[in-house]
Amino acid sequence: MAKTFKGRVIAAGTCTAKALVSHGGFNTLASYQSPMLTGDREVKCSDQNNPDLYKRPLRGVALCLPETIGSTTGGMVLYTVCAHGMQPACMLFSKTIDSLAASGAILADIWTDQTMPVIDELGQEFLDYVKDGMTITVNSGGEVVVS
Amino acid sequence: MILTQAQQDMLDGKQGETMAKVMKTLVAYGNVYGAERMVPVSSEYGHTVISFGLGVMKPVYELYDKLLAEGAVSAQKFSVDPKPVDKKNVRANLIQNIVFDFMYSQQKRYEEQVKTFGIMDDDAYTCTCYLPQVGNTPRRGEVLSWAESSAVVYANSVLGARCNRNSGILELMGSIAGCVPEFGFLLDEGRKADWVVELKTSKLPDAQLFGSAVGMKVLEKVPYVKGLDKYFSQLDESCTTYLKDFGAATASNGSVGLYHIDKLTPEAVDLGESLIRESAPVYVVDDAEIERVKNSYPVVWKDKDAAPKLCFMGCPHMTIQQLKDWAVRVEESLAESGNKKVVIPTVFTSAPAVIKEFEKTEFAPRLAATGVHVSSICPLMYMNNPLCKKMPVITSSNKLRTYSTARFYPEAEVLAIITGNK
Repeated sequence: MAKTFKGRVIAAGTCTAKALVSHGGFNTLASYQSPMLTGDREVKCSDQNNPDLYKRPLRGVALCLPETIGSTTGGMVLYTVCAHGMQPACMLFSKTIDSLAASGAILADIWTDQTMPVIDELGQEFLDYVKDGMTITVNSGGEVVVS
Repeated sequence: MILTQAQQDMLDGKQGETMAKVMKTLVAYGNVYGAERMVPVSSEYGHTVISFGLGVMKPVYELYDKLLAEGAVSAQKFSVDPKPVDKKNVRANLIQNIVFDFMYSQQKRYEEQVKTFGIMDDDAYTCTCYLPQVGNTPRRGEVLSWAESSAVVYANSVLGARCNRNSGILELMGSIAGCVPEFGFLLDEGRKADWVVELKTSKLPDAQLFGSAVGMKVLEKVPYVKGLDKYFSQLDESCTTYLKDFGAATASNGSVGLYHIDKLTPEAVDLGESLIRESAPVYVVDDAEIERVKNSYPVVWKDKDAAPKLCFMGCPHMTIQQLKDWAVRVEESLAESGNKKVVIPTVFTSAPAVIKEFEKTEFAPRLAATGVHVSSICPLMYMNNPLCKKMPVITSSNKLRTYSTARFYPEAEVLAIITGNK
């Protein structure tokens, strides 16, 4: 059964993708460091401290997370990932987006040709409900359908 | 968001399409956090966290080329985080150096860009730009557009300046536009404490461990720390040095951007416990908690019993007093062990301007005689090299531990290890 959640649009766009869920904070630099340095096209997460995502491909997934954590180069890393076309299909935050992820999302939205919808404030219920592999549809206006 | 006419003109493209996009970026950033206006960046100098010309980051340098092509240089001079490589003072073998050259293939290009944007001087590469020898020391109340997490938390907490925990690139755009959106730590309300931390240890705890404990507990929230005044009577050099390392650990092990220290930091002195929000939870840090935090760190070396091959001290960069104190500590510990030089290659890192001053003191040749090297490198950038990552490196820095494979030891243990007393 599909369940619909409503959040706030940080970067507009629509998409459909399979969910990949991080229950802890997503460390942007640690997650992308190795795939960027090695040119891994699957973009497998290199953050050893994230048991949900470590070694899982990040490219093209609907990345569901509470927030991002780690280095203040995080926004720059996210921008670079998008500029290279290595980004997730969308980023869906249960909490209010942190300043580093917001910076990355905005930089990518304004300064690259890539589209990566970013929605925040979807609530803890969203993160509790969504499971890896579920189908996520991001509609306009911050609507997120999980099925 | 209400903009001034000049800001609106910039957004409307009257200074060109690129400057319009810079302003659009800053406005979008402010809108996320409900900023009602943009406020001028009032510090004399800026600071950027990006110090490296990583080949993989080409899109960043392309973006910067675009900014420079339209004359979008920084309205203020700025300092830059430390450089990633120092072949003279930090050991690397031939293959590691080849990898460095490959990884940082854009370094020259980026350093040229930084010159054109407006770096303070060729020596202004450090994460501790706020030290007096470097000269980028903001005054209380000044609004900054910085991103380096250890510098932001120091400037907010110890100096009383006002800066959000911004991202790289965006902080430079604030310096270019000359304004930043007003939210978070720029507002009195955003500077109130969400947590009370009560220090109840039997002695002054290692700054890196105490900061780590606080960071992991409060995450991005603002702590009000009680009990440190038992060890520091005023915000003097020993206290600010301690807080430099404490803050860097809170910022990297959590994401703290501001803390208050009861009776010591400027806002806590003026406003006291009125800074604490109602019903703020209390976190007690005692000896057992410090020990628990220390024991919680994973050892990510492949061979956990490997002998250390390198030691880094100084992330963030050491102060001149730390360099002097450590020269004496290493000498004394070597005398105790009977060794003439450190038994593990050891690098102390500090700002170029601090190193220049240090070299004028009697302590510089004494430290050199112990075999310790002094460098202005960023140890984190060194450890990014996949070949260096595999080496068993030890450090007293919680920030370096968090972002690399380096293994953490408290300062006393590092001293014993490098001098052969352990």
